[in-house]
Amino acid sequence: MPNQPFVTVTGSAAAMREENIDTDIIFPARFLLITARADLGEYAFHDRRFDADGNEVQGFVLNSEQFREAPVLVAGANFGSGSSREQAVWALLGRGTRAVVSSSFGEIFYSNCLRNGIVPILLPKEDIAVLMDAAESGAVFTADLEALELRVEGQPPRRFEIPPERRMAMLKGWDETDQIVNQFGADIDAFEQRQRKAQPWLYQKEQDT
Amino acid sequence: MTAPRTLYEKLWDSHVVAELPGGDSLLYIDRHIVHEVSSPQAFVAMRESGRKLRRPETHLGVADHAVPTRTRGGEIPDPQARAQVAELEGNVAEFGVPYADLTGPEQGIVHVIGPETGFTLPGTTIVCGDSHTTTHGAFGALAFGIGASEQGTVMAVQALPQSKARRMKVELVGRRHPLIDAKDIALALIAKIGAHGAVGHAVEYVGNAIAGMAMSERMTLCNMTIEAGSRMGLVAPDEVTFAYLKGRRLAPRGAQWEAATAYWRTLASDPGAAYDEVVIIDLAGIEPQVSWGTSPDQTLPIGALVPSPALIADPSERRETEKALAYMGLQAGQPLSSVAIDHVFIGSCTNGRIEDLRAAARVAEGRKVAAGVRAIVVPGSAATRALAEAEGLDRVFRDAGFEWRFAGCSMCVAMNEDRLAPGERCASTSNRNFEGRQGPGGRTHIMSPAMAAAAAVSGHLADVRDFA
Ligand code: SF4
Repeated sequence: MPNQPFVTVTGSAAAMREENIDTDIIFPARFLLITARADLGEYAFHDRRFDADGNEVQGFVLNSEQFREAPVLVAGANFGSGSSREQAVWALLGRGTRAVVSSSFGEIFYSNCLRNGIVPILLPKEDIAVLMDAAESGAVFTADLEALELRVEGQPPRRFEIPPERRMAMLKGWDETDQIVNQFGADIDAFEQRQRKAQPWLYQKEQDT
Repeated sequence: MTAPRTLYEKLWDSHVVAELPGGDSLLYIDRHIVHEVSSPQAFVAMRESGRKLRRPETHLGVADHAVPTRTRGGEIPDPQARAQVAELEGNVAEFGVPYADLTGPEQGIVHVIGPETGFTLPGTTIVCGDSHTTTHGAFGALAFGIGASEQGTVMAVQALPQSKARRMKVELVGRRHPLIDAKDIALALIAKIGAHGAVGHAVEYVGNAIAGMAMSERMTLCNMTIEAGSRMGLVAPDEVTFAYLKGRRLAPRGAQWEAATAYWRTLASDPGAAYDEVVIIDLAGIEPQVSWGTSPDQTLPIGALVPSPALIADPSERRETEKALAYMGLQAGQPLSSVAIDHVFIGSCTNGRIEDLRAAARVAEGRKVAAGVRAIVVPGSAATRALAEAEGLDRVFRDAGFEWRFAGCSMCVAMNEDRLAPGERCASTSNRNFEGRQGPGGRTHIMSPAMAAAAAVSGHLADVRDFA
């Protein structure tokens, strides 16, 4: 499915001063029974945003007027660790998150972000502390995928890295599968021919003969 | 002469289809396991784009996460779970994917049935929309979890762009106490290096202790590797691996078996191969482990006290500890062995195999689940369940007051009817003690199967060595 092209996002940033915010916190498992991928935004951080009676929890950053719509998240280390559920990313996207900043990410979450138009920005731990203060004081953040720069009001711009192919695909809104078929279809055919010769057992439909 | 290579590099090199301009590689994917929860959106994408599966026979479908474990067969009571399983069944039929039927002999948790059926083979690349795909690395396969979008890509083109990981060697040295389980080793490792200590690395387990480990224990180690942040755990295939696989339905046979094992023997890391990181774990120093917090690295030996935030100098660690203790409802300085429990869960892809059930049954035998504790045993697969029944383990558990269930993820993930109520505390053999993992507000302590059984009969966290 083609994604919308991404270039920059500008707006406020919500600071989550916590490490190990795992995908169960971002998207609790029981909502995985929903098979649609649209409208998952209301479940993002569900058990942090709402108490057992369904009332909003005061003091949770995304419940405050100022940060409810923040398109940027700044979080402690190991953000998005845990499960591979892409719903975590779809839910963030659904609530308007387009960039996440942390000193480390769960790896599957990181790659899920890149495939859904959320920019995961990896910066050193010292920078994260400074950025959290800036976010809380209401500074405007700009995540620029073209320039690979995070710009924050009143601070020098910070460079970040994104794997080049994924960056291109995000900028253009390309579909990964189409890209592979068009560029590497013949290579995949050739690989299979070689592998079938070398490891024929991987090509038998049933082994019991 | 080529430079010495690690197991990881051999697996990587043998699957590169093409090098990508930015330094990543397009890797060929040999095997894909499909479960009901993570796959629906991938099938939707296939349908919407009009694509077909490139090699349907390289996929294996099964329902495990959402399925009830109290009964099997008949209508699934929860309408959402029923719809999700029905959707999977429709998808595998439409796209021609082999399927382990919910009431059939091969149903079970994805990471238990892959090995049991011989779908998991050394030297292959294996993916699944599930982070614990690390488990299959125990066979010397490059196995990692992926998201639903990537699943769609694998279905259509049998390949995925990947960045090469750094190499971490975890060397197990020394002798362990006979009641120390692979789960204890995994938890001790995670506590040592942290929940993100292995991010970006492929972790290979080596050492004499590995050679002496059954496949079930190797799988437990590789399964838990994701809890240290790594997408891939690895053990080189050896005679133990081959003995496990021989004769399994999808394993090669006859001349093919000889050719396959000859190839698999070449996969071990070469002497002198270089690693980016080396971690050494002395097994002699490991005691039975139990997690006290909400991240798997918040783990201590059972004899320890609950940590005191006041004694922690680092402000962020202090904050994390305070937060975890508040969620877990624990007092700083309280002995871990004094923590009373409400529930016990024995099962999951970490510890739902026959060896795990045997270890728990040894402790349960002739004892009773403590008053007020609800304990369930959920085999990892239908085949494991049948074997356990043939050995009489179901009787041992039932006589002791455990519930004996049908196979599934059950209370590991609480997407089914098995879940904790807010504030309830569980001794669990699963892999994640995250907030809400076993139900909103539920409190999870992870540990080995024998430790969970010891907790069940004690009514509180307990030291399995007292039950020897
Ligand atoms: S048992 Fe738990 S960790 Fe394993 S696949 Fe099922 S839900 Fe995931």
